[in-house]
Amino acid sequence: MADSQKVLEIIRAMGERIEREKDYLTELDQPIGDSDHGINMARGFAAVEQKLPSPEADIGAILKSVGMTLVSTVGGASGPLYGTAFMKAGMACAGKQELDVAGFLDAMDAAVAGVQTRGHAAVGEATMIDAMVPAQQAMRAAASGGLSAHEVLAAGAAAARAGAEHTKELVATKGRASYVGERGIGHQDPGATSFTDLLETVAAAF
Amino acid sequence: MVGIVIVSHSETLARGVVELASMMAADAPLAAAGGLEDGSLGTSFERIRDAVGRVYSDDGVLVLMDMGSAVMTAEMVLESMPDRKLAMADCPLVEGAVIAATSSSGGCTMEEIQSQLAEDAFAHKL
Repeated sequence: MADSQKVLEIIRAMGERIEREKDYLTELDQPIGDSDHGINMARGFAAVEQKLPSPEADIGAILKSVGMTLVSTVGGASGPLYGTAFMKAGMACAGKQELDVAGFLDAMDAAVAGVQTRGHAAVGEATMIDAMVPAQQAMRAAASGGLSAHEVLAAGAAAARAGAEHTKELVATKGRASYVGERGIGHQDPGATSFTDLLETVAAAF
Repeated sequence: MVGIVIVSHSETLARGVVELASMMAADAPLAAAGGLEDGSLGTSFERIRDAVGRVYSDDGVLVLMDMGSAVMTAEMVLESMPDRKLAMADCPLVEGAVIAATSSSGGCTMEEIQSQLAEDAFAHKL
């Protein structure tokens, strides 16, 4: 599926995608948060690009480095959340020079569990978890059906997009959006949206 | 004495809380960790880690946070230093800082300060 070189290319592509989505992500954050999600994510991924390890590094070390940089540079709640996601994914791929679909799904499981532990959020609370968990389930189902990496990731990205759109109908009970309560209905969660952007970037690489 | 770190999204808020707590307990080891490196709003892993280093002793360090990412980032700093005696306090920031600073300066242990915060930091004002 992917070696270290490919993982580095995908991470650079994630940075480019986040830069393109920066204004939209910030716009989503405006009515329900503090209008900084796009700015924070773009700052974090710009720093990630600067600090990427060489292609000789194993995939675990690359993902861990991405996570540590995000924690240090994002500044908002998405820093510790995405930082934890990448660091836990990195731990699940420790020492690997090559990742197959099963390995990727294990890393995704570790990332989702890490975000749930860090943010104490469950499905249905209008957070990035509402994109992550459906994506995780769709990819597991596609992989058990013997589909290719391309098909598995496409299924995951579509489920994440649907999950992110579904956050419009939910009342946030976690994170900054919880302060606006029912006034948050009708607004799509920025974190669920940026997660979808990242997974779509991974899917586009296969 | 137990060190106290004040974590806030705002650099000026963290410094202000330290200023207020120091007024009550001038000798308590207090450190502010507010804002991002460039002074903008947010929480910085490095700033929290450095603040812990500045006030650390064998007596330990208690970290007080405002909310959201301040809590999660402080949690990650603690996880990155598993060998050190560190804890996060679940209490209002200003009230907790004043209680923690006066108790630290009065020679209380970290455990004593934590139980005092649980009892006193949530007192009603009216």
